[in-house]
Formats: sequence, structure tokens, C-alpha cells
Amino acid sequence: MGMTISQKILAAHANLQSVKSGDIISVKLDTILGNDISAFMALEELEKIGRPPLQAARNIILVLDHFTPNKDIGTAEQCRVLREFAEGAGIEHYFEGGRSGIEHALLPEAGLVVPGDLIVGGDSHTCTYGALGAFAMGVGSTDLAAAMVLGKTWLKVPETIRINYYGILGEWVGGKDLILYTIGKIGTDGALGKTIEFYGPTVKSLDVEDRLTMANMAVEAGAVNGIMEPDPVIQNFLADRSRRKGIYFTSDYDANYEQELNIDVFSITPQVALPPSPGNAVSVQEASGIKINQVFIGSCTNGRIGDLRVAAKILKGRKADSRIRLLISPATPGIYRQAMEEGLLKIFSEADAVILPPSCGVCFGGHLGILAKGEVCLSTTNRNFKGRMGHPDSKVYLTSPAVAAASAVRGKITQPSSLT
Amino acid sequence: MIFRGKVWILENNIDTDMIIPGKYLSFTDPSFLAEHCLEAIEKGWSNKIAKGDILIAGKNFGCGSSREHAVVALKAAGISCIMAESFGAIFFRNSINLGLPAVEIKEARKRFNEKDMVEVDLEAGKVRNMASQKTYLFPPLPSIVLDILKAGGLLPFIGKTNPNNFPASYLRSTLSS
Repeated sequence: MGMTISQKILAAHANLQSVKSGDIISVKLDTILGNDISAFMALEELEKIGRPPLQAARNIILVLDHFTPNKDIGTAEQCRVLREFAEGAGIEHYFEGGRSGIEHALLPEAGLVVPGDLIVGGDSHTCTYGALGAFAMGVGSTDLAAAMVLGKTWLKVPETIRINYYGILGEWVGGKDLILYTIGKIGTDGALGKTIEFYGPTVKSLDVEDRLTMANMAVEAGAVNGIMEPDPVIQNFLADRSRRKGIYFTSDYDANYEQELNIDVFSITPQVALPPSPGNAVSVQEASGIKINQVFIGSCTNGRIGDLRVAAKILKGRKADSRIRLLISPATPGIYRQAMEEGLLKIFSEADAVILPPSCGVCFGGHLGILAKGEVCLSTTNRNFKGRMGHPDSKVYLTSPAVAAASAVRGKITQPSSLT
Repeated sequence: MIFRGKVWILENNIDTDMIIPGKYLSFTDPSFLAEHCLEAIEKGWSNKIAKGDILIAGKNFGCGSSREHAVVALKAAGISCIMAESFGAIFFRNSINLGLPAVEIKEARKRFNEKDMVEVDLEAGKVRNMASQKTYLFPPLPSIVLDILKAGGLLPFIGKTNPNNFPASYLRSTLSS
């Protein structure tokens, strides 16, 4: 019996010839990622057992991105604890201030993830790195703490669902629309505890950013990880970013899939996920006209340069409707600089957008752009759960940067094609 | 490991944002988190929970964010065990890791009424509804999971075993039995 990409990565890190779904294995980790929320709690946990020595300090990456720039005294104290810990433990990959950005945009940009890596991260969207052919899964603070100490973790090899995308994408349709459509089809527990392997000619035709957007939301379908076959597109992307070469695993032709789905992308239109579930995908036509108070373009899902370019294309020479607040956050300082050099920030500013620093704050209702009772936000993020971005009675609709930008101009959910 | 308590019933797809919203993630004090646990469903939800009470939920309980604060909050609110039709994968690990048993039971929400007294026997894979006098079976948890729960969570478990053996050789010996 052949193996999938995920199984091959797991077997290699378990020092086994092969693994199959359901096996409980112990694996050595290439990267252990924490942020200012998860790593702080992990340190508290380690404190309770007397701070054992870290066997994997070299593999730890700390990114302060959630309540940063520090929201208040409490969060500033947490960041201080992490900073002191990083200094004391000699953590080389520590990111804060103007060197930090949203972790899942920052790591690929910095070349810190390569194909074949096995990664755990104290953040559910760690699954983003599957786009680079890595096995990456989100964990909580205790798993993170144990991984920091041992450099290993244990897991049950997941079953895999392969989704084969074929056909040509329509106008204003991209990775975000494909993943929202997919979650709408299989449900928020459609891949519960499983691996999603994104496959097929359409996936191969996507650039790295669209792939990252898709893998990012695998967890929204309940998946442990999402993964894609690394190819020359990934190789080119990493060429001048990473010193590590990586291992380009592919799935065997006789690998075992729990389920295989085919999605013809030709008929997929720009998508909107209605509150309060990322699984409530509808076409933008069905949602058009819904009034909004705020538009947010950013996050680990859609805060990359390509996303900002799409938004700028629509916003150029236009203004956000006077009744709404338009917030735009480049996901990393590198993206911020690129947007500045390309004149995108000028376009955004002239469109009356608030340009925010790279931060996870808006997306998870932590700080920056919190919603009042009854307010509605159209957002390029990944979750629209009840009260996600503020008051429990506020609402979030999820969409792509194109729909978000067009809707900002009109003050209501709008098809991008109706503006151009 | 046997748990007795009265049950509280929740819907499908209770996400961790609902269990503890993002605005509280800069706090780690268990009693503070308990105070705000599930407040989006009912203000002061945790006030009605007695120590040892058991949570029954539908499918995909704990989906979404990896925040372990969600487990801390439920535990500190007094919840001793969670039974759901299915769990978010990260939440399941977090729950076990903090020593809060999480058990999958088919059609969990149909088998109990709110405030029924129940008894859960983790090792036997049995739950008894004392009100209806009916017993339901569930697939027993893997031995690694039971051992972590018995130790009171993952970190105490690591402390008890030889860290150098964790978890590979330990797992192999447990699984081969």
C-alpha cells in the first residue's frame, strides 16, 4: 500500500518505514511555533513543573503578533515575559516589533518552512504551511510546552480526504473562494480529525499566496492539516528565501484515501460565508446588498501582497463609502514595505482606509477595529463565529479581498464585477 | 476513573470563541476565565455549574481556535467531563492534556435531559443516565489517553515517566499490550 504526502512526512519523522491511518506515533519536530498568547500560557505550564531544560530550543520560533503592538499593560507584561524567556533560552527565531508580522505570513516569507517539514504551532492556523508541502498542525499550549521540552510530540496518523480541483477560475475568483466553497460543501466538520489533500490542475495553477489561503482554512473544515504537493512553484518561491532544501514528497498512486472529491471550479463565483459559520458559503450575488459597517482586509488568510494588489486595483481612484470604516493591514513588515513601494498604501489612504500595523488583533476580536453591538463587518479573515470580532451581537461575513474592496466602495456587499 | 454529576446540554458546533472570547485571552487566571465561560450563550453561565457537573454537546465541540483557555475555563467552572458527538481535533488534545476527560458518544444530546444525573466510567467505556436508568457504551479511550488523564494531564504525565522515553518507547509498550 502506498502512502500519502502526509504519511511520508510522518513516517520520516517517526523513523519508521511506513505509517498508516490510525497508527499512534511519536514524531520528531522540525519547528515548534508559539505566539504571545499560546507561548505565554505554555511558559506558565512549564513553570508549574519546574521549568525543565528545553531539548529543542533551536527549533522554537516565537512570533509576537496577537495582542501586538501591545494592547494594554497586561499584554505588555506577557510580551516582556516572552522576550526575557527568548533571551535566556537563546531562541534565535524571535520576532517582535517592526521585525514581526502575522506568524503564518511571516514564516513562509522568511523561508523558515520548507517542504517535508513537520511543524506544530500554538495557533490553529498553523495548517497554512501545508501549502508548502509541510505537515503542520495547530496545538494548544500544553502540547506546545511539551514539544518545546522534548522536541517531539505524539499523534494519531489521520485519514486523508483528497479534493481534486479542475477547471479554469472565473474573474475575481481565487484561493479564498475555492476554500469557502469547499467548506460550504463538506461542512465545518467535513474533515474532522483528518488531512485534506488539495490536489488537481487548478491547485497547480495557483500562485503560492492563493495556496496559502486555501491551506490556512483547512482547520475550518475540522482538518488536522491541509497539504499540497510541493512543485516548481514552491521551489521558485523558496529559492532565494531558504538555505534549507526540503524534501519534495508526493503521494503514491496507490495511497489510501478515506474519500475523494472532485470540484469543477468553472462554476464557482466569488463567495461570501454568512455568519456565524465559515461553512455558510453562498455566492456573492446571494449576499449582495447586505449593509455593512466595517470592511477588514488583512490576516493570515488574506493579508499578503497579492491580496493588497487586488484591493488596490478596485480602490484606485475610489473612496470607501462614507458610512463605513475600511481597515487594511499588511500581514508583515515586508508586505507593508512592498505595498509602500508599489504605491498601494497611497491608494488605500486616498480611499479613506485606515492602514493598520501587521497584527492578528482585528481578526480575533483582540484589539484594533472591535465591533459594537449590532454592527456588521465584511472581512477577509477565516472565522465569522458569533462575536468573533467584538460584541456578541455583532456579525462577520467572510470573503475575498476583491469582494471586500468593492463592498467598501458601495457600503454594502457588492460583486466586484459590478464596479469594473 | 468514574465521574458523577448532573449534565448541561449544549448545541452543535460550539466553538472556542464562544467558550471564551478573544478579548479574554490576555488572562490566564482560571477563576477569571471560568467567570466568562460561555457568556455569549448565557451571562453568568458558570454560576449554575456545580463542581463535578458534566457537559453534553453535539458535534464538533470546541472547533476553531487552539486557545487552551477554553479548557481552563470549563475546568475551573467545575466541569469534570465532556461528552460530545464529536470534538474539534485541537480541543480534544487540549482537554486530555489538561486532564479533562473528553468522550465521544453518538447522539449524545438525545440521550440526556438537562440536569439528569449521570455516571461515566472511562475505563469501562460506559455512561449511565441515573434518571432514565439507561446505560450507553462508548469506545474506550486509547490507553495513552487514559494514562495522561490518570496523571492529571500531559505535563504531570511527562514528569512521572522518564522524559527520555517519552513518548516513543512508552507508547510502543502501551500499544502492544
